[in-house]
Amino acid sequence: MSNVPHIVTSILGGLTATIEATLGGIALTVVLSLAAGLALLSPSRLVRGVARVYVEVFRGTSEVVQLFWLFFVLPVLVGLQLVPMFAGILVLGLNHGAYGAEIVRGAVRSVPRTQYEGAVALNLSPAQRMVRVLLPQALVEALPPFNNLFIQLLKSTALLSFISAGEIAQQGELLRPVFGADIGWIYGTELVLYLLLAVLITTGMRALERSAARRLGRRPLAVAMGGG
Amino acid sequence: MDWNWQSAYDSIPLLLKGLLVTVELTLLGSALGYALGLVLALLRQARIPVLSQAVWLFIEFIRSTPLLIQVFVLYWLVPPLTGLTMSAFVTGVVALGVHYASYSAEVYRAGIEAVPKGQWEAATALNLPTSRVWTAVVLPQAIPRVLPALGNYTIAMFKETPLLLAIGVLDVLNRAKEVGAQTFRVVEPYTLAGVLFLLVSLPASLLVRRWERRRA
Amino acid sequence: MIRFSGVVKRFGDHTVLDQLDFAVEPGEFVSLIGPSGSGKTTILRLLMTLERVDGGTIEVGGELLSHVRPGVPADGKHLRRMRRRIGMVFQQFNLFPNMNVLRNITEAPIRSLGLAPDEAERRARDLLGMVGLADKADAHPTQLSGGQQQRVAIARALAMRPEVLLLDEVTSALDPELVADVLRVLREIAASTDITILCVTHEMQFAQDVSDRVMMFDHGRVLEDASPEKLFTEPEHERTKEFLRAVIERR
Repeated sequence: MSNVPHIVTSILGGLTATIEATLGGIALTVVLSLAAGLALLSPSRLVRGVARVYVEVFRGTSEVVQLFWLFFVLPVLVGLQLVPMFAGILVLGLNHGAYGAEIVRGAVRSVPRTQYEGAVALNLSPAQRMVRVLLPQALVEALPPFNNLFIQLLKSTALLSFISAGEIAQQGELLRPVFGADIGWIYGTELVLYLLLAVLITTGMRALERSAARRLGRRPLAVAMGGG
Repeated sequence: MDWNWQSAYDSIPLLLKGLLVTVELTLLGSALGYALGLVLALLRQARIPVLSQAVWLFIEFIRSTPLLIQVFVLYWLVPPLTGLTMSAFVTGVVALGVHYASYSAEVYRAGIEAVPKGQWEAATALNLPTSRVWTAVVLPQAIPRVLPALGNYTIAMFKETPLLLAIGVLDVLNRAKEVGAQTFRVVEPYTLAGVLFLLVSLPASLLVRRWERRRA
Repeated sequence: MIRFSGVVKRFGDHTVLDQLDFAVEPGEFVSLIGPSGSGKTTILRLLMTLERVDGGTIEVGGELLSHVRPGVPADGKHLRRMRRRIGMVFQQFNLFPNMNVLRNITEAPIRSLGLAPDEAERRARDLLGMVGLADKADAHPTQLSGGQQQRVAIARALAMRPEVLLLDEVTSALDPELVADVLRVLREIAASTDITILCVTHEMQFAQDVSDRVMMFDHGRVLEDASPEKLFTEPEHERTKEFLRAVIERR
């Protein structure tokens, strides 16, 4: 029992890295989701094609394989050795951005066509149409699936233990050989931390959902119809 | 570009061995996961006082925590606690099964709720025993509807299996790592591993998407 | 056969039935008419045990349906026992899409009444013949028209040999051309069996022809309760006159 404080503090030592990876991953995911999602809707076949290749490659391969490739193969190919956290955030963002692109695409397409036509009638430019009319409404639809996606991302940060990024899972694995008798405490602490972080993300997303819906005066279709 | 075709070619047999293990893990994990998932969904629907809430908590817990940690718990914590030893492969199957059972329970729930209320009422009006209402009316309508979603989960599972290399399972990625250690060339085995995943999951996804569209 | 005593039914804040009293004799064909929301369908649903009463009691065949004993609400076992005597045909047919017509009709007799499969099949084919669909036994519900599906639904309900048959706007979801076939089947059942029938309907001519009694409902109360001749030609209440005028004008 006397080992427990040490175990808990050691694992908490990985919390910063987990949070860093999560926030960095989310930021990159949002950027790539928007960019690729909108690209998938572009009238230009070239732009759509590039986005489609990105989405299918990163959705079609394993995140772990992507991680290994970026961390072990890229240095050999281009002489660039990424630090673990950077490589980790990059993979998290690229991988989840591909899934997020489909969420954005689906959400924009779910906005009723009448909205688009109304914007055209008001003589708004394509960019204005997207930014001022379609995206705000698409946002409400997109937030619940993005909540799930970000929780997935949080869970994926555990994979960064493979490349020694100093996050929670790695801390646990360093302790395990030493504190064999207290394995329950090791994994118990880890699991509680992940749960807390997941709850934090969901709470934040729900608050975003409420404020986005309030600005539009409605709730997401999926939630309103009893789903979500 | 530092690519050695001979090296790539030589690594294929070992990688394919690993792919076989990956496929086995996926198929067994899916079978376990979807069977267990149905049980969990039914336990939740039955609204049994303590059990149904416990099942809900379990499902939420599994869905919110990393698969990797769940694998570690099964591999390192369960054996000393219960005296039960499982090989890395079996541990992998169980971990994948339990994890995806909690995803599929949600899918089943949605499918069951999509069955029109009128079906339940007609079955009640005909005084069918509860077991028959489920086995003859509701589930035969709910399950076919959710199969494409389960198909997508199987593809997702397929892509998550490489993390099992953490407990020594000899899947594609682990074999690629092996080749890298033997030949000191990492480019070819890791790239080929990625390509193999793409070659399997892309056609599979297209098939599931077409399946979904046919049902819509 | 059926007795409602002081029945109260609320949905949230809305009281649909308030101290409702009425009785139906065995073998009677009673039509329930009135505007939507007047509580007619709720009465059927209470009888079919799809809803529970909030007050009062319901008796069927001299036995309590809503309660095991006065003051003790019915439990699952009691409801299942009482349900045997009652059958219902729904507005949306509610045939089971994962079974063919024959199985739709034989499923409950086999599983709920414990009939032997070949006897259940014989009974099903007889009933299919009676509703004019003898050749459709192997068809799938989706291959049938609305009127045909509804006739199968009627056969399905009759296969359970109920003492009470509840018809909930059974022609309201049908195209006008298909309504006549269903009404014909219902006329025959009314004439040839002694099943007690409660029929919620908007088909006034049908109600007038076939019913022994017509009850006009409004806001959860029985406004008028008389023979069809009396109610349709000399209604007492202004509301009844209004309603009949509106319905007949619609034709």
